[in-house]
Amino acid sequence: MSSVLEQTRRHFFSDCAMGVGSIALANLFANQNLYANTETEVAPTRLGHFTPKAKNVIYLFMAGGPSQFELFSDKPKLRELHGQPAPDSFFPKEKSFAFIGRGAKLLGSKRKFKQHGESGIPFSELLPHTGEIADDICMLNGIVTDVFNHGPAKLFMNTGFQVPGRPSLGSWVTYGLGSESQNLPGFVVLQSGPRGPRAGNALWSSGFLPSSYQGVPFRGTGDPILNLTSPNGFNRERERGFYDLVGDLNQQRYDLTQDPEIKTRIAASEMAYKMQTSAPELMDISSEPKHILEMYGAEPGANSYANNCLLARRMIERGVRFVQLYHTDWDHHGNKGDNLGEPLEKRCQEVDAASAALVKDLKQRGLLDDTIVIWSGEFGRTPMGEEREEYPGRDHHIDAFSLWVAGGGFKPGCLYGKTDELGFNVIDEKIHVHDLHATLLHQLGFDHEKLTFRFQGRDFRLTDVHGRVVEEVLA
Amino acid sequence: MKKSFCTILTTLLLLSSLSAAEKVEYNRDIRPILADKCFQCHGPDEKSREAELRLDLRESALVPVSDLSPIKPGDAEHSAVMERVQEADPDLRMPPAATKKTLTAREIELLREWINQGAEYQEHWAFLPVEKVEPPEVATEGIDHPVDRFIVHKLEERGLTPSPSADPRTIIRRLHLDLVGLLPTPERVDAFVAAYESDRSAAIDQLVDELLSSKHYGERWGRHWLDQARYADSNGYTIDGKRGMWPYRDWVIRALNDNMPFDQFTIEQLAGDLLPAPTKSQLVATGFHRNTLINQEGGTDDEQFRNEEVVDRVNTTGAVWMGLTLGCAQCHSHKFDPISQKEYYQLFAFFNHTADVNNAGPTVKVSERELLREDIDPALRAELDGLERRLSELDQTRAARQAAWEKTITERPSPLILSDWELLKPHEYKAQAGTNLALQDDGSLLASPGAKQETYTLSFQPGDEPIRSIRLRTLPHKSLPQQGPGIASNGNFVLSEIEFLKNGKPIPVIRAQADHSQPNYPVEHAVDGNPKTGWAINIDENSPPFVVMNAPHEAHFIFAEPISFEGEPLTIIMHHDVNEEYHLGHFAFDASSSEPSDIFEDPLLQLVNTPSGQRTAAQKNRLTEEFNKTEQEKERAGTENRISVLREQIGGFGEMIPAMVMQELEEPRETYIQIRGDFLRKDKETGLLTANTPEVFPALESSDDNVNRLDLAHWLVSAEHPLTARVTVNRIWMRYFGQGLVKTENDFGTQGTYPTHPKLLDWLAQYFVDSDWSMKKLHKLIVTSETYLQASRHRDDLEQVDPLNLLLARQNRLRLDAEILRDVSLCASGLFNGMIGGPSVHPPQPDGVYAFTQDKKEWKTDEGANRYRRGMYTIFYRSAPYPFLTTFNVPDMQSVCTSRTRTNTPLQSLTMANDATIFEMAQGLAQRLLTEIPGEDDSVNKERVIRLFRLCYAREPSETERERVLAYQQQQQQLFAEDQDAAKAVINPKLAELTSPAIGASWAAVSRAIMNTDEFLTRE
Repeated sequence: MSSVLEQTRRHFFSDCAMGVGSIALANLFANQNLYANTETEVAPTRLGHFTPKAKNVIYLFMAGGPSQFELFSDKPKLRELHGQPAPDSFFPKEKSFAFIGRGAKLLGSKRKFKQHGESGIPFSELLPHTGEIADDICMLNGIVTDVFNHGPAKLFMNTGFQVPGRPSLGSWVTYGLGSESQNLPGFVVLQSGPRGPRAGNALWSSGFLPSSYQGVPFRGTGDPILNLTSPNGFNRERERGFYDLVGDLNQQRYDLTQDPEIKTRIAASEMAYKMQTSAPELMDISSEPKHILEMYGAEPGANSYANNCLLARRMIERGVRFVQLYHTDWDHHGNKGDNLGEPLEKRCQEVDAASAALVKDLKQRGLLDDTIVIWSGEFGRTPMGEEREEYPGRDHHIDAFSLWVAGGGFKPGCLYGKTDELGFNVIDEKIHVHDLHATLLHQLGFDHEKLTFRFQGRDFRLTDVHGRVVEEVLA
Repeated sequence: MKKSFCTILTTLLLLSSLSAAEKVEYNRDIRPILADKCFQCHGPDEKSREAELRLDLRESALVPVSDLSPIKPGDAEHSAVMERVQEADPDLRMPPAATKKTLTAREIELLREWINQGAEYQEHWAFLPVEKVEPPEVATEGIDHPVDRFIVHKLEERGLTPSPSADPRTIIRRLHLDLVGLLPTPERVDAFVAAYESDRSAAIDQLVDELLSSKHYGERWGRHWLDQARYADSNGYTIDGKRGMWPYRDWVIRALNDNMPFDQFTIEQLAGDLLPAPTKSQLVATGFHRNTLINQEGGTDDEQFRNEEVVDRVNTTGAVWMGLTLGCAQCHSHKFDPISQKEYYQLFAFFNHTADVNNAGPTVKVSERELLREDIDPALRAELDGLERRLSELDQTRAARQAAWEKTITERPSPLILSDWELLKPHEYKAQAGTNLALQDDGSLLASPGAKQETYTLSFQPGDEPIRSIRLRTLPHKSLPQQGPGIASNGNFVLSEIEFLKNGKPIPVIRAQADHSQPNYPVEHAVDGNPKTGWAINIDENSPPFVVMNAPHEAHFIFAEPISFEGEPLTIIMHHDVNEEYHLGHFAFDASSSEPSDIFEDPLLQLVNTPSGQRTAAQKNRLTEEFNKTEQEKERAGTENRISVLREQIGGFGEMIPAMVMQELEEPRETYIQIRGDFLRKDKETGLLTANTPEVFPALESSDDNVNRLDLAHWLVSAEHPLTARVTVNRIWMRYFGQGLVKTENDFGTQGTYPTHPKLLDWLAQYFVDSDWSMKKLHKLIVTSETYLQASRHRDDLEQVDPLNLLLARQNRLRLDAEILRDVSLCASGLFNGMIGGPSVHPPQPDGVYAFTQDKKEWKTDEGANRYRRGMYTIFYRSAPYPFLTTFNVPDMQSVCTSRTRTNTPLQSLTMANDATIFEMAQGLAQRLLTEIPGEDDSVNKERVIRLFRLCYAREPSETERERVLAYQQQQQQLFAEDQDAAKAVINPKLAELTSPAIGASWAAVSRAIMNTDEFLTRE
């Protein structure tokens, strides 16, 4: 967007007497809400959406594709037929798997399942703590997606499209709702696990939306944001002097040129100064009570999923709109380092208690009502095993997998989505990724067909030309 | 709040529409309404059309439906369209509620007025030929420059006046930043100001010429182009491995510096490989479309991602040259522009035949700065160019030459033609187990696999000539496994027994021979009476080198004496009793009256007879070895050799890297419409498509039927093309004013905005074409206009009537691009290294950038000169770009970017204030001040502040500014004096040498502050 457009919008804001703080926000971290499209697209046409049920999102992304057969989907028949070749119908001509082919054998799960809570949602022995929040979550077992490679599938889950370049869910949401935080970004990304998620920054890209809506990666150790710390030798007092000088010179330039862009820059500098204290304060979890730290399994100073869950809550409390956590290495094909034995157990230990603690903690603070928590990978895994080394593993599967959602008006204790007895296809209550996106946006107060952005001649949506709000899973 | 909005809206309307007396114009006033609100269902896309009504065509819109015409010219009252848009019943009102679109009162008013005025349609302005116009006369005196006449004319219509000229210091800084992206030195500023004061226009003229001939011009404007080329140094997607793309970047810099005409610039990038005997440089140019992503993830379907690449090439071509949103037509006919889905895939067909398949594909070797060097003896350079051109010609023809050479082998007198064979065509043939045998046109029989074990019985009616020998030819066929002659999964067969009978009586075979047999399966086994042995053709370690299984083979069966059939039938029974599903799939018989001489294996012939796709690497090598003996191949080797000797002689070429280039396949791929854009769903009903351009534009011209990318490139830059010149001049204009004359610079289709100055746009487009597409000439024209040279100061009188500055009664202040921010910091610091081109570099980068990527990228920070190269040379990994660049809105380079966004955020403030690289430059700037103005008294400090302003802003400080900065410096010096540790942390060793830590630190602090001000970051 050209600076000229920015200027007009800013005029709008300043004439609305919202004060300098708000003006800065408008640019900074996306408090521009719905006015940000083209200058002819005025606000009223976009305010026709409804009162939101939720205003925040915490997206727990299990990068690699967790196995639903080991965690959520108990299939006795699969156990019974363990070792037999999968039926030919699993390999129609157009069907593709990443690595396995015709002749792959069915793999029964070794994990024991138990029903939890009043809702009786089953979880395997690997997720005992998640079992404790069974009555708070909405378990979706009939998810389908379109693509079976990690990078494209992660993009699809985040942007509704498999090629990089479109805005992510978090960008759409902050574009739509803006940020409530005065000194933190509207969309923050956190990362844990041995490596970064495949596809990198395209996953939290703002695509063709203004780049102020892109996710801002916060690092768990060191500076949470790049360049947050002043150069050596500049303490807080000296920085005050620096920002005062820069501000004064800018003001003098403004007096001469009357360019409103300078006003924005003055405000942005002030916010930068404030962030130097607010961001470290946010990241410092040592002030949390011991029982809270224990509940999450968080340790001050560590870079872990548990810490990130706790940070997510702290961010939501401080007005961050959308927090996305990536936890990597769920890609359990059956090699020594990535299989359904110990590596899976380890992943589960890393996320089980912390994910449950996050939901419980949000609930006890009254934040769960307007915060949606999603626990999901980019796809699931096949009922067939993969023969690599002697370790059990499964290939990528896109025709039926599981994820859960909690809070934000999703029906608690709900179990939705039925798959066939081998868990290969969804037979009822199917939810496509586009439907999930439509439903999430709906809970945030958006008609997914109306939340659009004009780019290269087309009004783009997160849901492209698809998507259905799945009313059945909403409270 | 509402009031403010109303003001803006009203002004927009004032600008975009007109007073009541004026005529409503379809293109300007009506088409935008219809395109946005109506065409989705009543436009060009036949699949989504409702009520069979098209409103985009007048003849269709006038045809009455029931009683009323949708549009009745001159009579809005009785036009169904007006009735429907004003309908009270929401179920009947148009546009339907489901579209979530509504017409404003103003839009309804315009429609009514337009219909009452006669409902004249116009073709979409951008698809009409460029209009030949003359600059208008203006009332204001002294307005000569054609650009100014167009701009002032419009201003006069609104009763506005342009702004005064910017002062010379602003002008020189503006010109430097716009043309070369660097700061002018204070000395150059002084010289310019002096010249300006004595002869303004000569001074500007000279400065512009100087900057346009600077080597840095190619960098500055090359970077704009590289956004459109989506240039990056990595493959993208998840693995995002490094790729050697920088030779292409260097090509762009060189082409711009040489002022390569834009038509040539277009042709070389889109189709340099298809030019006759292309130079290496022309091949490197085709890197433009090799900037597409490559998915290196395991288990991917390469064809899927190749398809994505082709889609990207089509869409990018559309966006860059035509400013069109072709991508819409990938899944369905365009809803707004007259581009059908079929036409989209006809464009697709131009790009569907390149050799790369989601991989690095064809490359040429280029060494560092090879394309930029100017230090080579012209004679040697000419010789080298000539040799490289010859080599590329020989390379280009190589495949065809090899094919021709192979053909000569098949045609040379063969040891196999040892007898006069005559085809035996079976008149009866049956398969015992039910295999379907089909007689082919050439007299051969083809079996469809199915039966487990098979015996064929064939009957022939031989002629009068007696038969001494029978030849069985086993023939590969593409319908058979591995394209072999047999139906076994590897293409093999085992002929366990073959019997020949005359009138039911066996004819003994005294000798059998074959050109090729599998070890332990000699042809004699087919006539040994033992059903457990037979003839087969597989290969193992005991076979002669380079023989081929699935090539044509033959076996000869010789009788004791010539047999006369005299009207009796010849019966041949073929048994396949060894193994199941091992019978012959494709074969033919011939007869001869004589005995053939001895046969032997001819591996070369077998290789040549093997389809090239099936040859193993070893087999290919063997063929190449033989092919290399041909004259032209010897010449090729000699040329290669001579080139390397010459390069050695010239010297200084450095390491060679492979540059990715386009190359056309020998056999083109088939192109179909892809249903809903799905590459697996080919629309066979519409059938095979040939490459062509959309009908709405002037027809593609080609000398023959095989149109290719070269024809497309010529078409784009033909003088008749309505878009290329308009789109290009508009983008160049945009760089100078922050926005184009067409604000939607990436959409010249019906949904785009109407130009603010349509006549100026056409005049510029025509000027561009008439000046032989010279980019430098166009730049000079624009930057010497008073419109460009105006002050950028905001004016109260304009704020109300033209808040978006569409009429250009002033210049715009523009924040610098990310790379240029780095460049100006380097300039100010004195650390700037102006080396052009070569491999991308690694300046210092904050830790933790790869915490969020799958693989940690190698990042060995450059020391020495490469640490201070221009921003455009910083290596760009698509999965984790250099953070400084991203923070300041460098696009992600995943797809074409024709115009960057410009934001203004606290993250940018943090970056300029704290980034280690920028701070290093602040230290450099302090060092420069202390070196250039040595001493310690107060007057020295004042001089330093003046110098600082001159270095950074190209002007001197006002007194207020100077005092403010001095006060800060004094305060910092004192604070640092009280805190020596802090002072020592702020200075670098060079500053420490120059002065006390407190003084050094205070000047580093001052320099840092100036580099953080708005003015430093802005082109005013």
